[in-house]
Amino acid sequence: MTKTDFPPSIRSRPVYGELAPRPGSFHLIVADGEGADAVAQLFARADDSKAMLAKSHILYTAGPNGTDLWDRIEALGAAQAQKAASIPTLLFRLARVLQDMQMGAQIYLTGTEGLIGQAERDIMALGFPHSDIQKEHRGSTVRRVQCVHCKGITENVRTDPFECSHCGLHLFVRDHYSRRLAAFQGVNIDAEDKGQIPPAVERFK
Amino acid sequence: MSGGAKLNVRVAEVVKVNDLITRFRFVARDGGLLPAFSGGAHTVVEMDDHGTRRLNPYSLMSDPEDRSGYEISVRRDDTGRGGSLYMHRHVKPGMDMVLSHPVNLFPLDNRARKHLFIAGGIGITPFLAMAHQLARFGGRFELHYATRNPALCAYGDSLTTRYGDRVHLYYDDNGDQMPLAALLSRQPLGTHLYCCGPKGMLNWVRATASTAGWADHAVHFEEFTAPGTGAPFTVELAASKKTITVGTTQSLLEAMEAAGVDAPYLCRGGACGQCETDVVRCDGRIDHRDHWLTPEDMASNTKIMPCVSRFEGKTLVIDR
Repeated sequence: MTKTDFPPSIRSRPVYGELAPRPGSFHLIVADGEGADAVAQLFARADDSKAMLAKSHILYTAGPNGTDLWDRIEALGAAQAQKAASIPTLLFRLARVLQDMQMGAQIYLTGTEGLIGQAERDIMALGFPHSDIQKEHRGSTVRRVQCVHCKGITENVRTDPFECSHCGLHLFVRDHYSRRLAAFQGVNIDAEDKGQIPPAVERFK
Repeated sequence: MSGGAKLNVRVAEVVKVNDLITRFRFVARDGGLLPAFSGGAHTVVEMDDHGTRRLNPYSLMSDPEDRSGYEISVRRDDTGRGGSLYMHRHVKPGMDMVLSHPVNLFPLDNRARKHLFIAGGIGITPFLAMAHQLARFGGRFELHYATRNPALCAYGDSLTTRYGDRVHLYYDDNGDQMPLAALLSRQPLGTHLYCCGPKGMLNWVRATASTAGWADHAVHFEEFTAPGTGAPFTVELAASKKTITVGTTQSLLEAMEAAGVDAPYLCRGGACGQCETDVVRCDGRIDHRDHWLTPEDMASNTKIMPCVSRFEGKTLVIDR
């Protein structure tokens, strides 16, 4: 599976590019699921992939659809590569890696929007410019959505509308995205006409 | 009117800092408080130099929390267009002057975990205000400041007294070299780099940061350029239906103003983009001297920044 093409939308909706090697003292790569293919392609594009691998640290976890290409990551031979059991445990490890990182490092995120967004949020919180983080979408398009009413976040949302996992309201999934929260916004769909809930459509796979 | 509302001030203090640098303090003529500013901001000082109107931008160096006055430091440039010489020779305490409101094209990025300042010579001035500001809210910074020798190291002593080992001084005459590459290789993720100094230093810092893989948006430059001199040239102003000649020591913007054309401006140093003007016809070469237009814009000869850029050739018609 290659890079995902999302239909054009409002300005708030994140867009993704393709990972390209940039000169740096260190390379931090965070990926899930099919993002492993983008990581392999990133190194294939490097002038000297061996030298780049020697300065690379890869954090990987399986995708929300179950895709696990860890073998491919492990086979690359990066200086450090670690597999996490889930996105939350990957983010825990990422926080420790970021503590010791220096300016001059290049950062590459690839895979699903939930992983890319949360890693970006944690890196950005340290003062690193989000616009200098490279991001490539691969794999599942399920969304991480915040209920604008109760503020609870529901992971891996597949349908629109969906039921908030915290307060139970039926939410319409907007393309309005918050970089700070790493989530799309979900708005009550039957606020005015209680009970008028259109059938859920599987918009995100 | 172009350039925004003005501040009517009085010169409160003129203090010689060293052989090249003089400091000026301005207070509001009505005795009130001046508008607040943030570290890195500049003001445009209006001068009436014996009939020649000069508008020069200078960084505000005083504590941004002190609204009782503004301070600037001016380095005398004996071969410049004359603004700094006017400030040094003719501006005396008690004199009435006019300033622009502060404008900040070199602000701190307060999302940064740490701020790394690189200053050369008179380029120290914005960092004085930034250091005040960071000291107030406990921001982390480190200053590396290069000058010719201790006698020309303006404010070096007071900076060291105030901020201790956060300040590192380098003297060219001692053969000191700022260990820039080493410095850039050991900054925690989330550090932002700021540089203000002579062109050679800006280029050196830009190239070193780029080689070291620094994130583009974490590197900030103060890029004022004095308009600079050049051969006289003629310009047609399509909207005002005038043809003007720009003198050797005059900028195109100044020539338009002298001809009574109210052209937009803000920084007058090629940095802010306010004076961007469309080129209607160009038979010749525009000498782009700004930091605003993209390389593509510059190559296409369809835009000009009249505050600093010049022209060589047969005809230049601009939409002003």
